[in-house]
Amino acid sequence: MKYLHLIWAALARSKTRTLLTLLSVTAAFLLFGMLDSVRVAFNSGGDVAGANRMVTMSRLSITQMLPYSLTEQIRAVPGVKQAAFAAWFGGIYRDPKNFFANFSVSPDYLDLYPEFKLPPAQKQAWLDDRRGAIVGASLAKRHGWKVGDTIPLQATIFPTHGSNDWQFTLRGIYTVDDPRQKAQENVLFFHWKYFDEANDYVKGRVGWFIVQPAKGAATDRMAHAIDRLSENSDHETRTQSEQAFNQAFAKQFADIGLIVTAIMGAVFFTLLLLTGNTMAQAVRERIPELAVLKTIGFSDRSVLWLVLAESVLLVVLGGMTGLLLASAIVPMVSAASGGMIQLPGLLAQTWLTGLALMLAIGACVGLLPALRGMRLNIVDALAGR
Amino acid sequence: MKRFFSGLFTVLLLALGLAAWIWLPWPGVLALVVAITLWLLLTRSGRLAREAAKIGIASLPQRWGASLVIVVGIAGVVGVLVAMLAMGEGFKATLNQTGSDDTAILLRAGSQAETNSVITRDQVPLIGALPGIAKGADGRPLASPELSQVVNLVSKKDGSDVNVQFRGVGPSAWALRPQLKLVQGRKFTPGLREIVIGRGAQQQFRDLDVGKQLKLANQQWTVVGVFEAKDSHDSELWTDADVLGPAYQRGAYQSMTVKLAGKTGFKQLKAALAADPRLKLDIDTTRTYYGKQSAGLTKLITILGSVIGTIMAIGAVFGALNSMYAAVAGRAREIATLRALGFRGLPVVTAVMLETLLLALLGGLVGATIAWLGFNGHTVSTLGNNFSQVVFQFRVSPELLWTGLKWALGIGLVGGLFPALRAARLPVTEALRAA
Repeated sequence: MKYLHLIWAALARSKTRTLLTLLSVTAAFLLFGMLDSVRVAFNSGGDVAGANRMVTMSRLSITQMLPYSLTEQIRAVPGVKQAAFAAWFGGIYRDPKNFFANFSVSPDYLDLYPEFKLPPAQKQAWLDDRRGAIVGASLAKRHGWKVGDTIPLQATIFPTHGSNDWQFTLRGIYTVDDPRQKAQENVLFFHWKYFDEANDYVKGRVGWFIVQPAKGAATDRMAHAIDRLSENSDHETRTQSEQAFNQAFAKQFADIGLIVTAIMGAVFFTLLLLTGNTMAQAVRERIPELAVLKTIGFSDRSVLWLVLAESVLLVVLGGMTGLLLASAIVPMVSAASGGMIQLPGLLAQTWLTGLALMLAIGACVGLLPALRGMRLNIVDALAGR
Repeated sequence: MKRFFSGLFTVLLLALGLAAWIWLPWPGVLALVVAITLWLLLTRSGRLAREAAKIGIASLPQRWGASLVIVVGIAGVVGVLVAMLAMGEGFKATLNQTGSDDTAILLRAGSQAETNSVITRDQVPLIGALPGIAKGADGRPLASPELSQVVNLVSKKDGSDVNVQFRGVGPSAWALRPQLKLVQGRKFTPGLREIVIGRGAQQQFRDLDVGKQLKLANQQWTVVGVFEAKDSHDSELWTDADVLGPAYQRGAYQSMTVKLAGKTGFKQLKAALAADPRLKLDIDTTRTYYGKQSAGLTKLITILGSVIGTIMAIGAVFGALNSMYAAVAGRAREIATLRALGFRGLPVVTAVMLETLLLALLGGLVGATIAWLGFNGHTVSTLGNNFSQVVFQFRVSPELLWTGLKWALGIGLVGGLFPALRAARLPVTEALRAA
């Protein structure tokens, strides 16, 4: 620590060079922060700590619906604590561009999702209203909905009495606290019972079941037992954990993790070269000064540490600025998209990965120049040989 | 104060220059290149600039580390940018090729996508009788009632479950899509549980080969042929609609694709549909329908690619500035000597700029080549509009390579200008005395 001013002086020796290098590092880590936040938003669907919900859906196809009669059978399977169900509706609010998920659910659906916070009075009001609906806070904000408003949805799949116009009354607005799950606030729920009565096509059919296993239940065996209920029927099911289902679904869009890794690989490779060049230059210019340091009694080892610390400090300074910038920009992106894109702010894991990367890159690029400084022969260096 | 304003002026000029550069179409660029070349060859100051640039370029290998920073930095930007845009381009091309202007698709009003739509059996003959639909050689309307079911298959890449379109088609389907070519085996026999598969599907999903049995909807199906379409049908499995329907307990069709008769066919058909109260259907040419499906994702990829490219470009600009400042500082004496010999500002500025642009061009070429070699034709798939996979290929088109090179030269322009100005303003006496 007591050499901090020395390291600082070394960095300030060529201000332009240090500043330009810092800015490059900042740009790289800004990109890292933003891309990592996209990756997290994309891959963490349903990844809620403590919730080990299972999803039962048709084995044949995601669009195939299942009979309502399965509900009681599933609830009777040993190990099942609770089972709710839902059905995709696919309604459009005014314009297809306003896309948000909307589906009908059983009354006990929310009991399985304790992370959806709905005031008890609003919940009761929703349960009491046959045509009632609830939406997430982000979605309500995006369209300026208030409790009591009528929300018209255009059906794309299920007409009601020959028309595509469905109307729901907003009875409640729920919130989700976990920043990674904010995308869950972009959903509209309404009653499956109303859906079942009012739509012209399907009767007694649900889309999928959400199953809550009892504490300590063997979930694999339970999933098998549920799937056995419909074995060899025309509606065979597959039961898997919600997390596995969500991840598989997200992966069908694109392997975002892979894309982010590839881009960041290219960026960090360039960065290594760039900062490496800067450090090599900086040390080359300062060889006589390092020799003087050694002459007045600095050990080889402390010269090594001085140079290493300089390069690490350079990268960490730039990197932290980049991540700070990213943490400021990411919420702005979410806000500017009007809630369409819900990115979590920078999470602790992103900061930690970023920091580890900074230290690794700093050490990597500092090592060769530092070794050169350490091995310096005082006489040769002072003589300019 | 004066320095501050001249700096501000330079930055403004640079911003204007960059904007013009991005906007400039290729003939403009060509004219610019010709003009600069002529100037370099014919005028006195141009000749001086050439000589000064030669010295700088000759000394590049001595500074290979710093030069490499510029080349690799720019190559990275261009590579990532071109690869991302190629992804969007490929997706767009695949969907756009699926549609054509002389066929139309009919869906239930308001349903937006095939998956959501329903066309009942009794509507099929009604539609077939409407004006505007072309007739086949046998005098019957060229119309194919279709049904598509999303089925689960296993991806070859990582063994995960993916959703794939299993399309049931009518007998006219082949005539409606002339781009479809059988490359292996034969067409399915109507009435039998036989499947013809798309090339893309065969490459991406497991257990799809001619002669193989496939279990779908608890029934055994035989793969009898492979077709190639180079569009979104490539990701599909095809069978007879009248076999697929019963297998999935579907009494109705989902969509109807028809061949339009002549240029006025679409208008005629649309008017006739509107006039018939029994048919509450939406109609679009297939080009419009499939074009719409690609618009959202393509736009998203383009925006993402540009944002990522811009941030990377900013990083690369600082890298280039750094290297070029170091180069100018390292050659301060040479440059001062040149200026003492009578080289004026313009040739000196041009020399440094030419050097940077050369490195930038090299970086751009390397990046574009990597993107082209690594990604052109690279096959991937994503979830399309119908909850099912669309297999497509990255398409590194010449336009994209051109965009990449433009970005590279833009970065070089910014990265070279300020060091070049510094070189031109170097106080001659001080620089000569130093070192």
